[in-house]
Amino acid sequence: METRIQREARPESMLINMGPSHPAMHGTIRIMLELDAEKILNAEVEVGYLHRGFEKTCENKTYFNLLPYTDRLNYVSPLINNLGYAMTMEKMLGVGVPERAQLIRVLMSELSRVSDHLTCLAAMAMECGAFTVFLYMMKAREFLWDVIEFTTGARMTTSYIRIGGVRADLHPDWRGSLATAVRETRRVLKDVGGLLDKNSIFQGRTRGVGVISKKDALSYGWTGPCLRSTGIPYDVRKASPYLVYDRLDFEVPVGEFGDNFDRYQVRMREMEQSLRLLEQVAAIIPDKAPITGEPPIEPAEAIHVSRRQKTAARVRLSPNLEGSEKARYADLMTLDKPVVVPPKEDTYTTMEGLISHFLFFMNGHGIRPPKGDVYFSVEGGNGEVGFYIVSDGTDRPYRLHLRAPCFHVVSALEQLIKGRLLADLIPTFGSMNMIGGELDR
Amino acid sequence: MGRETLIDEIRTKLGEAVEGVSESFGDPVLTVRPGSLLSIMVALRAAPFDYAVLLDLTCVDFTAGEGRFELVYHLYSMSRNVRLRLKTSLPSADPVADSITGLWKNANWLEREVFDMFGVRFTGHPDLRRLLTYEGFEGHPLRKSYPWRLAQPRIPMKDKV
Amino acid sequence: MSGLDFLTTRLETALGWGRKYSLFHYPFITACCGMEYMSAACAHFDIDRFGAGLTRFSPRQADLLLVVGTVTHKLAPVLKTVYDQMLEPKWVIAFGACAVSGGIYQNYAVVQGIDRVIPVDVYIPGCPPRPETVLDGLMKLQDKIQHQKQDWRWAGKP
Repeated sequence: METRIQREARPESMLINMGPSHPAMHGTIRIMLELDAEKILNAEVEVGYLHRGFEKTCENKTYFNLLPYTDRLNYVSPLINNLGYAMTMEKMLGVGVPERAQLIRVLMSELSRVSDHLTCLAAMAMECGAFTVFLYMMKAREFLWDVIEFTTGARMTTSYIRIGGVRADLHPDWRGSLATAVRETRRVLKDVGGLLDKNSIFQGRTRGVGVISKKDALSYGWTGPCLRSTGIPYDVRKASPYLVYDRLDFEVPVGEFGDNFDRYQVRMREMEQSLRLLEQVAAIIPDKAPITGEPPIEPAEAIHVSRRQKTAARVRLSPNLEGSEKARYADLMTLDKPVVVPPKEDTYTTMEGLISHFLFFMNGHGIRPPKGDVYFSVEGGNGEVGFYIVSDGTDRPYRLHLRAPCFHVVSALEQLIKGRLLADLIPTFGSMNMIGGELDR
Repeated sequence: MGRETLIDEIRTKLGEAVEGVSESFGDPVLTVRPGSLLSIMVALRAAPFDYAVLLDLTCVDFTAGEGRFELVYHLYSMSRNVRLRLKTSLPSADPVADSITGLWKNANWLEREVFDMFGVRFTGHPDLRRLLTYEGFEGHPLRKSYPWRLAQPRIPMKDKV
Repeated sequence: MSGLDFLTTRLETALGWGRKYSLFHYPFITACCGMEYMSAACAHFDIDRFGAGLTRFSPRQADLLLVVGTVTHKLAPVLKTVYDQMLEPKWVIAFGACAVSGGIYQNYAVVQGIDRVIPVDVYIPGCPPRPETVLDGLMKLQDKIQHQKQDWRWAGKP
């Protein structure tokens, strides 16, 4: 099987294959290069090594069932994919989401966005040789993931943002863990800025490298930080605001030249803006009083108490389910249409609750949106994440398509590296933030 | 510019070429004939519509019910902050459409993906070959006629105990 | 030949000890589990304290193949090539549900577990597994390496 580059290559040049498994820890992508000493004459990018059949799988799953598959698309910012899918379905079903759920969604999105940028810049810096930056940023990411884990139950692939709201309320000490995360991330960003911003090696590898013009960036359909590095201030949160972004105060940083250094700078400044957003949202979300007067007891203690025949105490739910009590449901899930799982208290105590639970999960019933097609997009870590869903009135999507932002960004890679040196490929590719799950779906 | 004026403008300027203008859950949708697809795209990209960004290109397989493939384009005009969906229907027997790689550069990979997943050919595409599956893969996976679990391994798989 | 037996068992223990505490791993990273691999390798959860911190990006220099994430049919020949390039003794850890059994993906594109392509020593389940689970799996592999028997026929052992 001859590839295009093998057909086009000159006999005297060297063909190098940066195979699907290579140290640039961005995932599986194959870049074939035709080299003249160190200069890249021609390049061919082959993708698809992580094509997991997401779109075909979604045609065979119900709308509720396919939520975990959306987590695994852009796996460094999984909550934003959940959000995109949930909001597309809410547009189709015509349901609104309670205010508290919207604020929690914004909180989770911004946490994911900061993790995404941290991972991208950490990997990019590590490939340029700055291993310390990688370790610092991973440390900051752990604090952010702590907040996500205490609320949703999982560090990464959470399936937390559901159609109609969020799964459960924020954990009891969310203000403390969020403040720690923001403080530690700010400290790390300051350290990393000090290490890289004026570093002559980093500047030499990223300034003037991987330059793209505004016209080309638009022609390639770039969105997100890569587009903003060229100077175009397009951000879905500002252009078509969703959730509560129109009430929050944040800037959209832009670059100037569209080179690697600008992409790095835009991401660093975006992280600072996201931290600002986190603080604003934390100030808006009201504290909720505990549901009962006295504090609940742990399950082990309850067993012990029940053995002594004193069973009146209220048992503490699993820490990941606290906040999914029925009294909290109206804050977190929309109750006007049967698009959410009914609360457990209803399911186990009333007949209507049991029937609605049964109908939600039964084959052929459940979420059945009207016929038609819809497109909705949110601002992901890489750009505009869009979901295009075609419904034929049944409980499974007829077609579900993801508009992956890094698909368009990576399609420009061949142009960006042609004529450059081999070493320029590494920071260029690193600054593009290619995520395999999103690129190949 | 409001959506009603946008749709009116499209109807007046592109009149005969456009088959239908509709709305789907609040999004404006244009239906065009495959023959006039390229000319409409050229007109939409230029002023005053100014759709500088091709957001997405995908395909839907309606071969079972209605006997057609439907290509769906999403365009975005940055200067006016409006989106547009364009649809065109292709026959299921031999789906061929014009390539728009000359207008937007990301159409290259988008059309390769549609060819890979559905088998729709694009005339004028510089390098139409599979993108996400591999050479030697037979069939087009996202077609409704392709079985969901039919794997085509490249190397022999050992049996699981 | 009890003298030879005593020597070979001591030597096996020493070899096992040496090998298990100096594992050079090749991270064959594909998907989401890569993020948990990065967490496990970095300061918070640190696999370096198990001796397995040094990453060798060439299979010829590595002795542990960490298959992290989903392996598709397009990628399977590459995995086999990388595995074949490694020198004995070599071990394979299947990291993540997709590497163990195909995970949540059972369709035309995904290999249903990498043990259909290469032999696997330790399976770490999880989607993605917590870094503590990864460390637990690594310790299980270290136990396995410690108790591996060598081939002493060349020394005259029957």
